[in-house]
Amino acid sequence: MATKRPGFLSPQGRVLPVLTIIALIIVLWYGLAIGLNRQQVAERLDGLGQPWGISDLIADTWSMDRPVLPAPHQVATEFWKTTAEVAPSSKRSLIYHAGITASATLVGFVFGTLLGIILSAGIVHVRTLDRSLMPWIIASQTVPILAIAPMIVVVFGNIGITGLIPKAIISMYLCFFPVAIGMVKGLRSPDLLQLDLMRTYNASAWQVFWKLRVPASLPFLFSSLKVAIAISLVGTIVGELPTGASGGIGARLLSGSYYGQTVQIWSALFMAAFLGMAMVYAIAGIERLSLRRMGGQ
Amino acid sequence: MQSPRPDHGGLLVPGDESIIDIRNLGLTFQTADTPVYALSDINLQIGAGEFVSFIGPSGCGKTTLMRIIADLEQPTAGAVKVNGLTPREARLQRSYGYVFQAPALYAWRNVLRNVTLPHEIMGTGRSEAERKARNYLDLVGLKGFEKKYPWQLSGGMQQRVSIARALSFEPQLLLMDEPFGALDEITRDRMNEELLRIWAQTRKTVVFVTHSIDEAVLLSTRIVVMSARPGRIIDIIDSPLPPDRSLDTRETAAAQELAHRVRQGLRAGHSYDGH
Ligand SMILES: Nc1ncnc2c1ncn2[C@@H]1O[C@H](COP(=O)(O)OP(=O)(O)OP(=O)(O)O)[C@@H](O)[C@H]1O
Ligand SMILES: [Mg+2]
Repeated sequence: MATKRPGFLSPQGRVLPVLTIIALIIVLWYGLAIGLNRQQVAERLDGLGQPWGISDLIADTWSMDRPVLPAPHQVATEFWKTTAEVAPSSKRSLIYHAGITASATLVGFVFGTLLGIILSAGIVHVRTLDRSLMPWIIASQTVPILAIAPMIVVVFGNIGITGLIPKAIISMYLCFFPVAIGMVKGLRSPDLLQLDLMRTYNASAWQVFWKLRVPASLPFLFSSLKVAIAISLVGTIVGELPTGASGGIGARLLSGSYYGQTVQIWSALFMAAFLGMAMVYAIAGIERLSLRRMGGQ
Repeated sequence: MQSPRPDHGGLLVPGDESIIDIRNLGLTFQTADTPVYALSDINLQIGAGEFVSFIGPSGCGKTTLMRIIADLEQPTAGAVKVNGLTPREARLQRSYGYVFQAPALYAWRNVLRNVTLPHEIMGTGRSEAERKARNYLDLVGLKGFEKKYPWQLSGGMQQRVSIARALSFEPQLLLMDEPFGALDEITRDRMNEELLRIWAQTRKTVVFVTHSIDEAVLLSTRIVVMSARPGRIIDIIDSPLPPDRSLDTRETAAAQELAHRVRQGLRAGHSYDGH
């Protein structure tokens, strides 16, 4: 079980490959920034009426105020300024906005997960629910909820429900689905013999559920949760787009695009990515802990 | 060939004290294409304290018969009584311990907690449950493996855990479906000895499935020889061997003779198969 960890920078380790990919992406990105911003810069340099060289062009494409594609260091600087150099409680802080997004995401995620688990338990135990509920669950996801999310938020706003709740509802709507589907499969995963064993003990349905179905379903639950938290975050951010000034990563994205602040947009995007990664890794960590406690290999 | 004897002589009077009473039992599985005649016209009475082995070719319905006794399968003809009750009532009273052909352990429970599972379901106190579990794990030779998980054990060890699990809540009736099939010869001998000892001590009623003639001869007070298509009983043989046995009993003339008769029965059963 306990294999020796490979060295920090050895080719077998995780760190070196990841760093290589990051380096490649950054190089590519700088290249793209030149390509995409070239035209604007060239026009401006021409307008100055002085001769200019290729190095002027490159330097300028990497330091524009409102570039088409900002260079990595511009995004990094903006990210640093809006996280480390302002108080987290300030409206100019990305951490403040990430907190708003994270709380709506988590609330939606928790309730969506509960809903998914309750639905799956019902579907597994009640035959008529299996027949009647499953088509509705699937149909629910054919509604392009992300497309109409801003509308939903506006509608909620009109009836006086604002802030966290409308966003959390969108998240919940998105994330109960993978949980329900995964849990139905997980709760049904015990094989016939394992179920027969319970029958020979005359175990109650309640005991079969808690001592057999639930533990057998946990690996399924965790893979569903990772999907669920990721789309829950997306749902929240989309739900924040129409709220404008009231905060959240989505609001940051919107105001950035409103004012052509691409650097701000990109740093908000990175914040969203980091937030998503942190959430997925948190679930993976809980998964590892609980599966290890259950004798995982 | 001898026909099944519903009013079997032996140690008991029919209808009296029979732990298991099977009459004209049949089971036909309705599969998609053709019906499978798994069992037909089974008649068998098993008395308290008997050790009855089913032996027969693969697919002759041994597992199916055990499952009917355990109320895991419903017969399509005939009737079964267990302790004078229907199999369902007997199951609801937790009258038997069942050792399945495969270990059926729960992967997320360690060995000890797999064995205490029936106790948890039945509401035995924790310390009492653990004491019994440790006791029977010891008995099947798994002392020191309590904290291991199923995937850390060999197939034979897993099967022994499942045997300990069935023994640990001390049912009066044991249904064992090829419990030692996955074990090596030596371990199997040891388990046979232990089973003989437990049986002699506790006078449980044991219904046992095996593919090994030697094992059937060594353990049984009666051997039920079955044949396939449809699954039926072709011979029921009373063992002439004395009740106190050891592995050496297999070498005695009486045992050899018994083995011979079982072998002949099996051979005769095979010749039914459409030849
Ligand atoms: N659920 C089922 N549906 C259809 N056919 C079945 C079912 N269970 C068993 N059978 C059939 O019933 C017959 C008897 O099966 P059973 O498992 O009782 O045999 P067995 O004597 O235990 O064999 P083995 O020695 O290989 O364990 C077989 O022909 C099998 O294909
Ligand atoms: Mg079988």
